[in-house]
Amino acid sequence: MNQLRFTKAMGQDEDGAQRATLDAPFGVALTKLGAQRPEIVGLTADLGKYTDIFPFRDAFPNRFMNIGMAEQNLVGVAAGLARTGHVAFATTYGVFATRRAFDFISIGLAHSRLNVKIIAGLPGLTTGYGGTHQAIEDTGLMCMIPDLVVIDPCDATETMAATRAIADYPGPVYMRLLRGKVPIVFDDSYTFEIGKARVLASGTDVGFIATGMMTERAIDAASVLAAQGLSVGVLHVPTLKPLDTEAIASFAANVKCVLTAENHVTRGGLGTMTAEALFDAGVSRPLVRIGLPDRFIECGVVASLQERYGITTGHLIEAAAKAARRL
Amino acid sequence: MNAARPLTMTVDLAELHRRAKNMRRHMLVMARGPGQGYVGQGLGFADTLAALYFHEMHWDPKNLTMDGRDRFVLSTGHYSIALWAVLCEAGVFPLSELPTYGADDSRLAMSTIDTTPGVEMIGGSLGHGLGQAIGMALGERLRGSSARIFCELSDGELQEGSTWEAAMAASHFKLDNLVALVDCNGIQADGAVVLNMEPVADKWRAFGWETREVDGNHMESVLNALSAARVCTQRPQAIVLRTKPGYGIPSLVAREKSHFIRVDPSEWDALAAELERTEVQ
Repeated sequence: MNQLRFTKAMGQDEDGAQRATLDAPFGVALTKLGAQRPEIVGLTADLGKYTDIFPFRDAFPNRFMNIGMAEQNLVGVAAGLARTGHVAFATTYGVFATRRAFDFISIGLAHSRLNVKIIAGLPGLTTGYGGTHQAIEDTGLMCMIPDLVVIDPCDATETMAATRAIADYPGPVYMRLLRGKVPIVFDDSYTFEIGKARVLASGTDVGFIATGMMTERAIDAASVLAAQGLSVGVLHVPTLKPLDTEAIASFAANVKCVLTAENHVTRGGLGTMTAEALFDAGVSRPLVRIGLPDRFIECGVVASLQERYGITTGHLIEAAAKAARRL
Repeated sequence: MNAARPLTMTVDLAELHRRAKNMRRHMLVMARGPGQGYVGQGLGFADTLAALYFHEMHWDPKNLTMDGRDRFVLSTGHYSIALWAVLCEAGVFPLSELPTYGADDSRLAMSTIDTTPGVEMIGGSLGHGLGQAIGMALGERLRGSSARIFCELSDGELQEGSTWEAAMAASHFKLDNLVALVDCNGIQADGAVVLNMEPVADKWRAFGWETREVDGNHMESVLNALSAARVCTQRPQAIVLRTKPGYGIPSLVAREKSHFIRVDPSEWDALAAELERTEVQ
C-alpha cells in the first residue's frame, strides 16, 4: 500500500528543493528598510505570522497594525496612512487581497496612485488548502487595474531586492510573496528593476519566458535540455505590469519557439500577455503556455498537485522537447 | 490635547447661517447647468459643512495641503456638489466656476476626484471613506500631530460591510482624533432607505464609538455636537445627523424621496426665489 502524503496545516509543504534557502526574505528586507526609513509602516489582516511580517512588528511595534480579518479595511487603512506620508506595506493572502478587496485596491489605491504595497501570500498553487486559498488568478486581475505595478518574484534574493525597489517606488504595488524558507536562485550580484525583464540564458531553439517561482524551474529545465543538445533561452519577467514587451519581443525573435511558464492560470496571465506582446510587435512564433488550468484545484499536498496540474520542472522539459520536435 | 486646540474662527451663528445659505445658492447655480444633480443631498448636508469649514476645522483655504490640517473626508462622492459649494464659499474656487459643475473637463465633477483641490480622497464607491479616514487618523497620530479627521458617510452607506470593518478598527485603535459624521437623510439609490439601518446610533455605540444624535439641519445642535466631540476620551466619536434632503427649499423637501432630484428647466427661478424667502433654523 502506498504511503499517504499529507499537506501541512498553515505551514509550508516541503518541496524537496535542491537549493539553499533563506528564511522570511520579505520580513528580513522590510525590517532592514524600516530601520532606515521611519515612514514605513506594516499592516496585516490576521496573517502576519504566515506572511513573514512579524520581524517588522517585533522591531517596530508602534509602526505595525493588525487590522483583523478585514481585507477591505486593511487596504483602506493603508491608503489613509499613505495619504499622511507613510509608505504602507500590507500583507494578506493573494486570494483575499484580490477577491475581497478588489475595489479597494482599484479605486482606493490605484486611482489615486497611493504609496501602498500589497504583499500577497500563497501565490498560485503553493498551498494544498484548495480553491479558497490558491491565488490562481490574482496577477491577471491585478494587471487589469490601471496604474498598479504587479510583481511576481522568483526567489529569496529577488524578494529582498524587489522589497527595496517597491519601497523606493512612490506608488501602488501588488507583489506576490514567497514565504518561509525560500530558495536562493540568484546570487548577490542580481539586480532587480521594476518593469525590466532579464535574459538568464541565451538560446536559439526554444525560449522559456517565465515569471515567479516558475523561473527557477525554467532554469533547471533549460540545463537538462541543454545536456540533450537543445539550445534553450530563459527570459525572467518578474514585473508583470508594466510588462517589458520590448524584451519579450526581442527574446522571442531570437528563438524558434516560445514557452511561457507561470504559477497562475494561463488565461489572463503571462501567457496571454506574451501572446499580445508578440502579436503587437509582429513577432510570430509558436507559443506554448504552461501554467494552471481553467479550473479550481482541490486540496492536497502541494507537490502532488503541482505534478497533477503541470507546473513542475519535468513538465517544462517535456513541453520544450515536444515543441522542439515540431520545429 | 485635541480639546486644547484654539478655535480658528469666531462662533457667530448668523454668520454660519449666512454661509450655509450662500452654499445653497451655489448649489442651485451648479445644478442648473446639467439640470439635475445631487442637490437634495447637498442642501441637506450644507449646515454641517458650514459648521465644519467655517467653525470647527483647522484648515487654510489658501494652503489646502497644509501640514497638520484637519481633514474632511467625503465618503459619498456624489455629495460633491456640497463640497464644491463650501470650498467656493471659502474662496477656493471662483463663483464663475460654479456653472461648470458636471461639465466636460470641469474640476467640479458630479462625483469627487482627488485631483480637485480640497478633496482628501476619491469618494463614491461607497464604504471606502471610513477606512481611509482611520488610516489618516493613525497616520497623524504616528506623526505626533494633533490634526483631526472628520469623515462623512451616509445612512445608505452603512449597508456596506466595509463600513463596519472600519468601525470596529477605529475603536480598537482608540482613535479620538476621528469623528464620523453619519448623514441620515433617509434616501438611497432606489428611493427611501431600502434596508432598515435603525437604530443607527446604537449600532455605533455597540461598536465602541462615543455617539451623539442631532438634528443635522439645526446649526446650534451641530455645533454643540462637534464641540462635545473635541473632548479626548480615547474613543472615536460619531455624530448621527438627521437631515432633510433639499433642506432650505421647502418644495424640494416635500418632493418624493429621491436619490437624484430632477428639476424642470422652468423651475429653477422659482426654487431660487423660494430659497431666498426661506428662513432656516
